[in-house]
Amino acid sequence: MTADKASVLNVKDLWVSYATESGPMDIVRNVSLAIRPGEIYGLVGESGSGKTTLARALVRYLPRNGSITKGSISLGGTDLLSLPSNELRKVWGARITMVHQDPARAINPAIPVGEQIAEMARVHLGMSNSQARQKALEMLAKVQLPDPESVAGRYPHQLSGGMLQRILIATALTTNPQFLIMDEPTTALDVTTEAVILDLVRDLLREYQTAVLYITHNLGVVARICERVGVMYAGEIMEEGSIQQVFKQNFHPYTLGLLGCVPRINKDKSDIDLHTIPGYIPRPNALPSGCIFAPRCPLVEEACRQSRPDLIDAGDGHMSACLRWPEVVNIQPQSAKHARSERDASLQEAPLLLDARNIKKQFKLKRSGLANLFSWKSDTVQAVDNISIRVRKGATMGIVGESGCGKTTFARCIAGFETATSGDIILDGESLPPAIAKRSKAALKNIQLVFQNPDASLNPQHRVGESVGRPLALLGNVSQREIERRVRELFEAVNLPADYVNRLPHELSGGEKQRVAIARAFAANPALMILDEPISSLDVSVQAALMNLLAELQRANGTSYLFISHDLAAIRHLSDWIAVVYLGRVWEIGSAEDVFAPPYHPYTEALLSAIPIPDPDARQERIRLPGSVPSAVHIPVGCRFHPRCPRKLGPICETEEPPWQNVNRFHSICCHIPLEELTRLQAPSSAENEKERP
Amino acid sequence: MIAYILRRIGMILLTMLLASVIIFSITQLLPGDVAHVILGQFATPEAVANLREQLGLNRPIVVQYLSWLSNFASGDWGVSMASHLPVYPMVMERLRNSAMLAAVSLVFYVPLGILLGVIAALKEDGFADQAISAISMAFAGLPEFVTGLILIGVLAIAFKILPANSSIKPDASFQEVFPYLILPAITVSLTSLGYIARMTRSSTIDVLRADYTRAAELKGLPRGQVLVKHVLRNALLPTVTVVAMGIGWLIGGLIVTESVFGYPGIGRLLVYSIQRRDLITIQAISMLIVAIYSISNLGADIVYGLLNPRIRLGG
Repeated sequence: MTADKASVLNVKDLWVSYATESGPMDIVRNVSLAIRPGEIYGLVGESGSGKTTLARALVRYLPRNGSITKGSISLGGTDLLSLPSNELRKVWGARITMVHQDPARAINPAIPVGEQIAEMARVHLGMSNSQARQKALEMLAKVQLPDPESVAGRYPHQLSGGMLQRILIATALTTNPQFLIMDEPTTALDVTTEAVILDLVRDLLREYQTAVLYITHNLGVVARICERVGVMYAGEIMEEGSIQQVFKQNFHPYTLGLLGCVPRINKDKSDIDLHTIPGYIPRPNALPSGCIFAPRCPLVEEACRQSRPDLIDAGDGHMSACLRWPEVVNIQPQSAKHARSERDASLQEAPLLLDARNIKKQFKLKRSGLANLFSWKSDTVQAVDNISIRVRKGATMGIVGESGCGKTTFARCIAGFETATSGDIILDGESLPPAIAKRSKAALKNIQLVFQNPDASLNPQHRVGESVGRPLALLGNVSQREIERRVRELFEAVNLPADYVNRLPHELSGGEKQRVAIARAFAANPALMILDEPISSLDVSVQAALMNLLAELQRANGTSYLFISHDLAAIRHLSDWIAVVYLGRVWEIGSAEDVFAPPYHPYTEALLSAIPIPDPDARQERIRLPGSVPSAVHIPVGCRFHPRCPRKLGPICETEEPPWQNVNRFHSICCHIPLEELTRLQAPSSAENEKERP
Repeated sequence: MIAYILRRIGMILLTMLLASVIIFSITQLLPGDVAHVILGQFATPEAVANLREQLGLNRPIVVQYLSWLSNFASGDWGVSMASHLPVYPMVMERLRNSAMLAAVSLVFYVPLGILLGVIAALKEDGFADQAISAISMAFAGLPEFVTGLILIGVLAIAFKILPANSSIKPDASFQEVFPYLILPAITVSLTSLGYIARMTRSSTIDVLRADYTRAAELKGLPRGQVLVKHVLRNALLPTVTVVAMGIGWLIGGLIVTESVFGYPGIGRLLVYSIQRRDLITIQAISMLIVAIYSISNLGADIVYGLLNPRIRLGG
């Protein structure tokens, strides 16, 4: 942290301010960073922590109303803040490069990708057209894209997200820069793709000896690829140190809180309540006068409110901005308050609520008129192909899979938003028509949904109390007073203050809006609640509080959940049963403990090994899936997973559909590999020799 | 691609068939029949009857319609009731004139509109932006006869730089005609300029804010290269469509401008024919205008598709 001779990037006491209608706001305060060549420095923080603003300040590319008000930035001895803008342009791309968050939007849609790399080489390396082209091919090979020649000529819309992210990385390394900023580079990707990209990034950066600032909200990613980490909160760095220091013996209650918020794949709702951080991140124009974390801190005392603690060295370069850092280690995680064994036993025998059999859903791909200019065959997408799932009363069935696997379409078929092409939906012994228009009022009441994006599902013109009261008014003849009473109850149940009923959605935070959506879904007192990625767009601390809330509401009301998510840890935490879906089919189904323990389906195994765990000592087998999920238009024959399966047996996988094998009464796997063989291959001992971290 | 274009051409033929029914029936609905119109209100009943016989007006309407349509399709557009000249060569000559005016106008206003739009976008909400929108909107709002007369007053009468009257000889070459085209072209351009500029401005602002533009800037590319290669290539796509669709209007819709300058284009011929109740010519011109609008629409779609790799190469 102190000006380090060996560091390439030295940032000292940086302040960044935005001019806003309510006066200047200091978004980043007093930040110092030093990053050495070849070092990957992780910057973690929730939304509003100022991490992206910091990144943009480092390259001096702030929005028009933003400015750096104090401090210095030096890159390899060059003072960046005093450079005139034409000189700065020579630093951009040559000495500092950036990899952006959403690769599909950060690459120009109208220019072939090869040219987008080649232009870097021409401008900064002074290469001729043909040299630059050659360089582009070389870089594409470097990021392990198959057939660089053909990739170079393609446009972004013809490539997958993972390939585009490789291209952005290739572009960023073309000039062999001194400093590279990666801003949430894997956030938009699926977990198996993310794992492959993270491996690539780590290997390449070791080779290039670039200093890297890796910005993310994901603690697991940091633990996997960074050497040092800084934890940012409301514009300041709260804790900084090596991965081991921060993850294993952390010295700041905020970091501890963040780590406690993340669900783990070896624990679930009956083992622990997730840790939550009460309250909200303060606005930059309403900061507490003392420690900025004090209002949310479990260790707060009078001294914390008096003056803002400095970031001090607590030993071995481990920095903390907490007055009481030596006491942080004493905070214990909360364990769950309910006995697990009875619960489990009762759930496995609980009666069936939903029995969905052989659900299929096909879509005809329609092209818009103009697209017909160049091709006009229409394709059929088999989005859901024969999925059968049962949900027991009071239990949670988790459906996990990567984007495009059909999990959301399946849920929409159950809810009736999509009309299933074929299959039976039986709810509480009653067969439901596939189309929502033909369902009875009682059936409609019994299935409720919570969507990923509460902004899209709450009417912005209606007070949220009205939104919650609406199903009550529609689904039963209840008096106005009774409705108001129920709404107040529901608000209390989802831990929202009673006076929130009169607010409009835009006056609420993302997490609060999602609570309203949950309250509204519970208003109908449904038997089955479909939760479609209900927490994916929220910060980890908010996610944790919502997961606790969902678990608690289930306990209180006995509602069954169908929980759809791509997040294995969240699925593991909330679910009693889990189905793993890939390309429109279920490949493994069973109780949560069984699915997350060997024998696994090879796809489940790959998912588990890909998931970034916020623990530097976590032992994970390194199984990486090649390529990307094939489109549901061209489904591979035989076992659908065979083109990517790391445990493929042989030709049988390419020709024959695999059989279902029962591991026990509740756990089945659809694979050609015999169960004994899977168990042997996946035994924990074999992981020892392949363990990931030295 | 060929299949698509053939299908679109099929659609155009269908559109024209539908239009032909409407155009034909309107002439039937007008009070008095063609023979009366030709002979005037004092004609004897015998003369009218003779002419009706001669023109085939006694046949059933469907037969009349089919014979009119088949004649039209084979290029026999009949004889003008006003001038007694064959309609086809007359309309084609006017079409040539209109096309020349359209071409000159496009060359004026498209580059200028794009330039103004890009400048406005780069100076978003600044002085230049506001000045450009205020002025271009003012011209778009002014009727063409006002701008046309002002231009004539200033450039033709006060400074005597350009001719005030644009009536040209039928067989004049483009070089000879060019000076006469400038004033009407400027008049048309002033009306359309604002539209192109606004369209370009808004799409350029969107692209300037796009992540890939920020990425291109941070690659350290020269500012001009970022603008031309990364921004404009994407930002001008919607403008291309607007321009191509404007061609139909430029050829068939410049009734006021052509009248102000006395320019012998299609629009003016249409007005003249309406004044003379020259039904034969009105029918022919209406059909031609429908065809031009349909074809320029198709052209717009094809050009857009070719420029946009997402559509050209499929998704």
